[in-house]
Amino acid sequence: MDLVDISRWQFGITTVYHFIFVPLTIGLAPIVAFMQTMWVVTDNPRWYRATRFFGTVFLVNFAMGVVTGIVQEFQFGMNWSEFSRTVGDVFGGPLALEGLAAFFLESTFLGLWIFGWTRLPRWLHLTCIWIVAVAVNLSAYFIIVANSFMQHPVGAEWNPETGRAELVDFGALLTNNTALAAFPHAVAGSFLTAGTFVLGVACWSMVREARRAAQAGEGSHDARTSAHRPALLVGIVTVVIASFGLFFTGDTQAKLMFQQQPMKMASAESLCHTETDPMFSVLTVGTHNNCDSVMHLIEVPFVLPFLAEGKFSGVTLEGVQDLQAKSQEMYGPGNYAPNLFVTYWSFRAMIGLMAFSFLLAVVAWWFTRKGRIPTGRRGTWLSTLALVSLPMPFLANSAGWIFTEMGRQPWVVHPNPESRGDPRTEQIRLLVDMGVSDHATWTVWTTLIGFTLVYGALFVVWFWLIRKTVLAGPPTSDGPADDGGGYGSPADADSGASDSAEAPVSFTSSGTSAADDRKDEGR
Amino acid sequence: MIFGIELEVLWFVLVAVLFAGYFLLEGFDFGIGMLLPILGKDERRRSAIITTIGPVWDGNEVWLIVAGGAMFAAFPEWYATMFSGLYLGLFGIILALIFRAVALEWRSKVNTDRWRRWCDAGIIAGSVATPLIWGIAISSMLAGLPLDSEQRLSSGAGTLVHFVHPYSLLGGVAFTLVFLLHGLAFLRLKTTGTLREEAARLTPIVGGLAAVAGAAFVLWTQIAHGKDWTWAVAALALVGVLGGIAALAGHRDGIAFTATSIATLAVTALIFGSMYPNLMPSSVDPAFSLTIHNGASSEYTLTILTWTAAVITPLVILYQGWTYWVFSKRISADPVALGAPASTEGSPEKA
Repeated sequence: MDLVDISRWQFGITTVYHFIFVPLTIGLAPIVAFMQTMWVVTDNPRWYRATRFFGTVFLVNFAMGVVTGIVQEFQFGMNWSEFSRTVGDVFGGPLALEGLAAFFLESTFLGLWIFGWTRLPRWLHLTCIWIVAVAVNLSAYFIIVANSFMQHPVGAEWNPETGRAELVDFGALLTNNTALAAFPHAVAGSFLTAGTFVLGVACWSMVREARRAAQAGEGSHDARTSAHRPALLVGIVTVVIASFGLFFTGDTQAKLMFQQQPMKMASAESLCHTETDPMFSVLTVGTHNNCDSVMHLIEVPFVLPFLAEGKFSGVTLEGVQDLQAKSQEMYGPGNYAPNLFVTYWSFRAMIGLMAFSFLLAVVAWWFTRKGRIPTGRRGTWLSTLALVSLPMPFLANSAGWIFTEMGRQPWVVHPNPESRGDPRTEQIRLLVDMGVSDHATWTVWTTLIGFTLVYGALFVVWFWLIRKTVLAGPPTSDGPADDGGGYGSPADADSGASDSAEAPVSFTSSGTSAADDRKDEGR
Repeated sequence: MIFGIELEVLWFVLVAVLFAGYFLLEGFDFGIGMLLPILGKDERRRSAIITTIGPVWDGNEVWLIVAGGAMFAAFPEWYATMFSGLYLGLFGIILALIFRAVALEWRSKVNTDRWRRWCDAGIIAGSVATPLIWGIAISSMLAGLPLDSEQRLSSGAGTLVHFVHPYSLLGGVAFTLVFLLHGLAFLRLKTTGTLREEAARLTPIVGGLAAVAGAAFVLWTQIAHGKDWTWAVAALALVGVLGGIAALAGHRDGIAFTATSIATLAVTALIFGSMYPNLMPSSVDPAFSLTIHNGASSEYTLTILTWTAAVITPLVILYQGWTYWVFSKRISADPVALGAPASTEGSPEKA
């Protein structure tokens, strides 16, 4: 592998990895905030337990999102310094704003939320988690604004003296139609992920608890089971809304992509030659990257013309080979087609894997209607479906980003078709091999291997922690005790074990009342 | 130009302010992490030590993320050259920050001694390595790196010699030890009882080490790279370190922490002030240096950034300050009777 390949692998691995945690954070923050709101409004301890339970998962996950996010911010400069020089004037702004406007908020108020259960008035403590929920979504917006400039550069002009793109219209950058389409799509995907997580965990836990209760000869409604039922409802509603959201926002995005990046959509179909009303293929065999070897096996009419222009016929779509010829004419010799195998299958994986969540929502709603909890064979079915569905939206998110990012190759900044012939903006485009830092390959190998090993180990711990939290179940207490927050005190560690787990662990904070008397000493 | 101030200058100052905020706030977090193995004789103490920074360290770390973002946006050339040129150093910083952050967040999630020992190791390693590498990186930048005529810096093994020399190593050691002192002052301010008393016993040794390394670094920096006016901040840095030690010895916690805070800010001002107007001086030819003029973004971008920063930064300082106010109570590692009345909000005064 050459330098560009190694650098791309590193960016791919670290970015896909980062985006395992991000959607869960983005979606789970508002869900936890909603649960806590319900607790504050209704004073029903079931909502409190659900908040603490999913709040702990949120915290375990948030840490991973933060630490892998630092890598994201740094590696544009570390590995893509020529890209950073060429577009930093435009691209750096949204990144700086993300930190200043969103990241400060979420980190600071999350600290207040973790440690503030008994220090802050209830409503103020609730406000903290809502600020976190809004801020994580704001974060996503700024990042997508930056990314959309790479997909569809707007708001900037080329400065031949400095040899870089320079911002001329900040409003246009923030309202880039690519960003306005991608942001709700990414948020809907995040809600699908978090909704599926909450739903799947609640389903699985309800069946487990009901079985245990049945074995113990009790009724099926002990405290923990009931804490899962509100979570289940939240999960079902979230998944259903997110699914429809994904459908509509994805449709908007597809139509923009046909205009802005025809090559990406042609590769998503492995459509080699320009055709009118081509069929949408569900299954294809062949090596893809050799156009002539591709055989489309199962095909559906009408889908592609609808995706592209919202009509069912009369749409001509350009094929990869024709677009390749056009690009060579415009940008000189080179290969302007992305990896067709990856684009074709990632596009289908993104759509297909989503179905699991929707199916789970429908099945879970039916099996648990009117207070039922299936325990027999139906229970096994439901538990299994819940477990199988859990990773699916994560994979769908990754597939979606792999499609949108690898589909833009070989461009790192894709030329905006509207700027063709405009001397001020025509030059705003960058090929991936022009964006890379000029490192010796061994240095990038070092970091690639280092990141991969560390990330692999952390993934195992993250998974183990989330599993442990889920198995422990929600806490059994009815409200916050002065647990003094997180560190060292096992307050939210062994949450399910007993009431004492939530009882004050004095040495973290309760000792302060005695300390108050001596407070001024030494000032 | 906004109000007659050149925007390149303004943003150089702002990036310096962000780094100053980072070193001021995360500095004591690092110090707390370093004190963990020294003062954390049992789990009660360790837990109390970590709880002093528990609610705030994550927000403190964002100052670095915003500093990086501001460099990218306001000085893309600086961001590109520094981050690619200091490649392996930043890789080390990233790994240290990763281990430290997950250890802090995950420590309370499993209730076993073995788990907490692993997390403590992550916190300690991250808290030592990060300031050490930052110190080396920043002082080697100040000393000059072999930037070529296009202001680019090779990251190859051959350039390692430019990062590892007596001055940069002193910088690394000085950063680490001054933060240790800063953390000690913070710990004294935030704790009560046994822990606070045991921390006092560390004053001579920690203070002595920090004073020697800090003074040597400040004087070397001032004499080799400083300007006339930076004598003032150099002196302030020395007064801060020595005053902090004296105040710690006199059990004046608030004054001690104020003094070490001033020292941290003054050292940052000394470094950036000595650098100005360079962003990265070239050791090959001064004409090849990256300066605030050849490294900055366009006037329009800087104007947008200025207005956004002017609106948002004061808010950030306000709500972060409020966080410290909320958690201003001292923490004790001493056992108290269970069932003691829930603590009422004490007077939230802060040093």
